[in-house]
Amino acid sequence: MEDKSPHIIINDLTMAYGDFVVMHDLNFTINRGDIFIVMGGSGCGKSTMMTIMIGLKTPAKGQVFYGDVDFWGSDHDTRDRIIRNAGVMYQGGALWSSMTLAENVALPLEQYTGLGAGEIRDVVELKLALVGLAGFEEFYPSEISGGMQKRAGIARAMALDPEVLFFDEPSAGLDPVSARRLDDLILQLSESLGTTMVVVTHELASIFAIGNNSVFLDASIRTMTATGNPKNLLAETKDPTLRLFLTRGEKS
Amino acid sequence: MAGPGELLLRQPSEDTLTLVLSGRWNLGEALPSAEEVRQKVESAPQLRQIAFDTEKLSDWDTGLLTFLTRLRKLYAGSQIRLDSSGLPEGARQLLALAAAVPEEKGARKAEGKVSFLTLLGNETVGFFQSGGELLEFVGDATVAFWDLLRGKASYRRSDLWLIMEACGGQALPIVSLISFLVGLILAFVGAIQLEMFGAEIYVADLVGIAMVRLMAAIMTGIVMAGRTGGAFAAQLGTMQVNQEIDALKTLGISPMQFLVLPRMLALALMMPLLSLYANIMGILGGLVVAVSILDISFIEYYNETVKAVGMWNLWIGLFSSAVFGVIVALSGCMRGMQCGRSASAVGEAATSAVVTAIVGIIVATAIITLATNVLGI
Repeated sequence: MEDKSPHIIINDLTMAYGDFVVMHDLNFTINRGDIFIVMGGSGCGKSTMMTIMIGLKTPAKGQVFYGDVDFWGSDHDTRDRIIRNAGVMYQGGALWSSMTLAENVALPLEQYTGLGAGEIRDVVELKLALVGLAGFEEFYPSEISGGMQKRAGIARAMALDPEVLFFDEPSAGLDPVSARRLDDLILQLSESLGTTMVVVTHELASIFAIGNNSVFLDASIRTMTATGNPKNLLAETKDPTLRLFLTRGEKS
Repeated sequence: MAGPGELLLRQPSEDTLTLVLSGRWNLGEALPSAEEVRQKVESAPQLRQIAFDTEKLSDWDTGLLTFLTRLRKLYAGSQIRLDSSGLPEGARQLLALAAAVPEEKGARKAEGKVSFLTLLGNETVGFFQSGGELLEFVGDATVAFWDLLRGKASYRRSDLWLIMEACGGQALPIVSLISFLVGLILAFVGAIQLEMFGAEIYVADLVGIAMVRLMAAIMTGIVMAGRTGGAFAAQLGTMQVNQEIDALKTLGISPMQFLVLPRMLALALMMPLLSLYANIMGILGGLVVAVSILDISFIEYYNETVKAVGMWNLWIGLFSSAVFGVIVALSGCMRGMQCGRSASAVGEAATSAVVTAIVGIIVATAIITLATNVLGI
């Protein structure tokens, strides 16, 4: 039976750049084991939402709870500890370009585990194999394709077996087949590891294929208008903006 | 082959103006302007409608569309209606498409004039802010260095070696050239003056003391500011653009320890060595002038140099160069870490790193010179 206890709680959150409020009054809960989609039109603040959850940007108001710990209310060390339990796949992969794929995945292991060089090598090979990149250990990020970079980014994010994985626009810039394979990978990882996944995306195909919970950020009124399973939202919503978004602009 | 676009104005009735368009209305041709139409309309106040006749229009592209949108802007909200039924089907659709999404209010950037006082205020606040950022960065770097001393800093030894090679060994050719020439120039300038007093031998003192105490360190510092400071800023700036620094932060790895510390260490270690090497090259430059022009023998020059250059001079020079190394590394890394997320921001970061480093070097030289003066060394 799946454990459905709350993992990340967003409480009364407002995010802003200076005086410019991007989104206000956000309240939603991400449960353990969810594949949670943060969706919305371009420029609605999806990625900003993620930067706040992973500790790169301070919210203007409100709290982010990991379990029952108030993330932004804690001291630096606590935040560090929490965020070490989260893996992030950035939009462009954000692999360290001066290191090989193996070194990229190995770095967090070297930092935080007492493993020896041989053991680290084994873990690195395993993680890269999980994302379909076995044999590419000694390649530099610039020598592989964009889709492979993203997958390597996932391998690095998974290096420390995090409790939650964040994905920033995983299918952006990928051909349909690679995007589908990435979706499948996210699903498989979620099923086998039980990791909570937070996916920032506006790709409808991905949203319906992988998401079992979501929040919709409406750029026009600068707040969230719905949360829940995207399939149910499509079936039940009366909100014209959300309906338009979920049906790719088709008129019902 | 039709000629370039032409415009004929016809007024079939009291309230209608027909624009007869003919020829090629292509961008880059000498096309008639909307001004013609405007003048005509102003001279006939009873006009209510503008129609189009495009029977003889042979070809059109954006050139025609910009003409039409200009007309539309002119008469938006006025009594005159544009009747687009005479236009080619494609042009009509494109015009409709351009009008489909109305201009978002407030989206256009305000280009208001900024008053002098506002500008002055903003610049002043900006200056103090950047001063604060500088202090914060130096503080962070100090904390990272303290962590290193306690053995708690996390960085890769291999990175340190690589950076040391890049900013040490690989800088030797340019440092050789510059310091050799500086020694040569100093000797030349000094020789002309000293010859008047028959005191040519003191060229050795002049070159020796100037190089060892000051010039070698400054010249290496400036070379390294351009060569390595700029490179540091560009590297870290690009990492910022690619979110590589974000990736470090979200893994709980301090970019200060991981990226800045090895660069600072490498330069602080390599600069005194480079400076020592520059001393030798500079003295060699002076020697060449002395031997070839002033008829001073090699041994004489050597003896005079050894007599003139005291240990204190050497220590002051080496100390200065270590300080300059830290300054170059800090300004390069700081500008890199502050870099925005665009290609031009990386360029600005590199430029600003070099400028900051050179200003820092000059200020530090002034302070060190004053201090040694007060201390009497």
